[in-house]
Amino acid sequence: MTRLWSASRLTYLALILSAALSIFPIYWMFVVASRTSDAMGQVPPPLTPGGNLGANIARLFDNTDAYFLTGLINSTIVAVTVTVSVVFFSTLAGFAFAKLRFGGRNALLLAIVATMMVPTQLGVIPLYLLMTKLNWNDRLPAVIVPALVTGFGVFMMRQYAGQAVSTELIEAARMDGCNTARIYWNVVLPALRPAAAVLGLLTFMTTWNDFLWPYAVLNDPENPTVQLSLRALSDGYYQDMSQVFTGTAIATLPLLLVFVVFGRQIIGGIMEGAVKA
Amino acid sequence: MAVQLDARPPVAPAPRHTRPTRGVRLSRFDTKYSPYLYIAPFFLLFGVFGAYPLAYTFWVSLHDWDLLGAEHPFIGLDNYSQLLADPDFWHSVVNTLGIFVISTVPQLLAALWLANLLNRQLRARTTWRMAVLVPNVTSTAAVAIVFAVLFGREFGMINWLLDHVGISAIDWKANRFAAWVAISTMVDWRWTGYNALIFLAAMQAIPRDLYESASIDGAGRARQFWSITVPLLKPTIVFAVIISTIGGLQLFTEPRMFNSGTNAIRGGPLRESQTVTMYMFENAFAPHYNFGYGSAIAWLLFALIAVVAAINVLLLRRLGGGARKEVSR
Repeated sequence: MTRLWSASRLTYLALILSAALSIFPIYWMFVVASRTSDAMGQVPPPLTPGGNLGANIARLFDNTDAYFLTGLINSTIVAVTVTVSVVFFSTLAGFAFAKLRFGGRNALLLAIVATMMVPTQLGVIPLYLLMTKLNWNDRLPAVIVPALVTGFGVFMMRQYAGQAVSTELIEAARMDGCNTARIYWNVVLPALRPAAAVLGLLTFMTTWNDFLWPYAVLNDPENPTVQLSLRALSDGYYQDMSQVFTGTAIATLPLLLVFVVFGRQIIGGIMEGAVKA
Repeated sequence: MAVQLDARPPVAPAPRHTRPTRGVRLSRFDTKYSPYLYIAPFFLLFGVFGAYPLAYTFWVSLHDWDLLGAEHPFIGLDNYSQLLADPDFWHSVVNTLGIFVISTVPQLLAALWLANLLNRQLRARTTWRMAVLVPNVTSTAAVAIVFAVLFGREFGMINWLLDHVGISAIDWKANRFAAWVAISTMVDWRWTGYNALIFLAAMQAIPRDLYESASIDGAGRARQFWSITVPLLKPTIVFAVIISTIGGLQLFTEPRMFNSGTNAIRGGPLRESQTVTMYMFENAFAPHYNFGYGSAIAWLLFALIAVVAAINVLLLRRLGGGARKEVSR
């Protein structure tokens, strides 16, 4: 029994190989970002960081094709706003679906689950027309507002609230004279905190990473998100690869930092979601 | 509830005729209607920015809808019939399906294998899990740029490595099949670890005494894997296949960033790696701005996803017993 589940040397070897393949492209991104562009033509390719990172960063932020600093600021605004909103509305709706009684509850929940099945592409064109009407084209609300709620978030919070919040606790709070809003704020939200944190992390990463919709709606090169700055960089005619890679590294860094700090919760969230799905 | 010990009927409480106070009425209103208040934001926002665009896409697809034109004449299903006769559209469909197949199959097999490794008694468990998941938490656009360089013809590291085993330089962007392989590699790199964690979660739910008795019956590790693990994982495999189908057929960022320059949305000079979503973009936005045609492509893409997902489910059903475990959860 124990022998069956023990990890052999071969297991570790295979894992080391998998981990190396996973990490190498990211590592190499940082290597090139810290060297001069000559690194690209060298044989064999250099595998250790160089000392040119500062100069590359300076060149990147001076590049008037990429508006990289604007991109970073915009992406931060978008990702933080969307994350706060998704977590707030998802916990609110998730609590209602899991713990409150009201007519049409099951049908409405089913409608939310159905929204998770629809590909985003399907709505891109009318959404673009809608943004033109609202005069939001090329402006951040165009990216922020359609992302303020997600069916996934509501469903995830509903699943979690079902088991994490005890009905007795809610009844007790009601006896003590709490109205539903107070119950949400003082009883439910604290109980949902672990799952809300995971949802927040996933939402932040997805939003920061989003490319398709910003690419469609933000056409003003002076007002990009950071991913659009990367597109401008890589589509440029010059092949200053160390500068491009500095851009990709900086755009990836916030995601990696979030992952290093909260990796355990993110993994837990993914694995839990998989079993529940 | 108090237990009544004597035989007399319980005394009925005196009927109350007092009218409900303001507080009671308020709290009744609260319990009855406030739930709708809590779910309203979702339905309002989703209605305006999710459901309405969906229906409107179909409406737009029935029109000759040019961004610059003042009139949008109704043309019925003309966009669809034109699309079905459009060789560039079918070219993008074949590209999308090709990339989907050569990425999903190895990806899910590798994920199963990786999950099986991670399911052993490991030192530094969390570290291994993080290491295989890290590709999934990177920026897709950024990593696609990095892979485009790794797959470069002249100075790309992949060609440099292939040279060592005697394979001459491949022009990854100019050869259609090679471009599929390169893009599939990016997709696999990003999603294998994620799927492995999903499989791992399901594997950990399998009772270990099943393996114990199989082991007593003389079944080796490989036999146990195929006869116990894989069948019990089937609901999760179905789940992963459907998620991969939805994601894989919508592929956009990777192929778009793999190609650079002014015509990158075409996926290379001869549309070597143009996916359906890229073709939709090319028609709906720059350079053509034909919203009607683009909307028709969007709907056909949706149909394609539904068809492929259905085929996948049917194929998986055939592989063995029903997926009961998931239903019971």
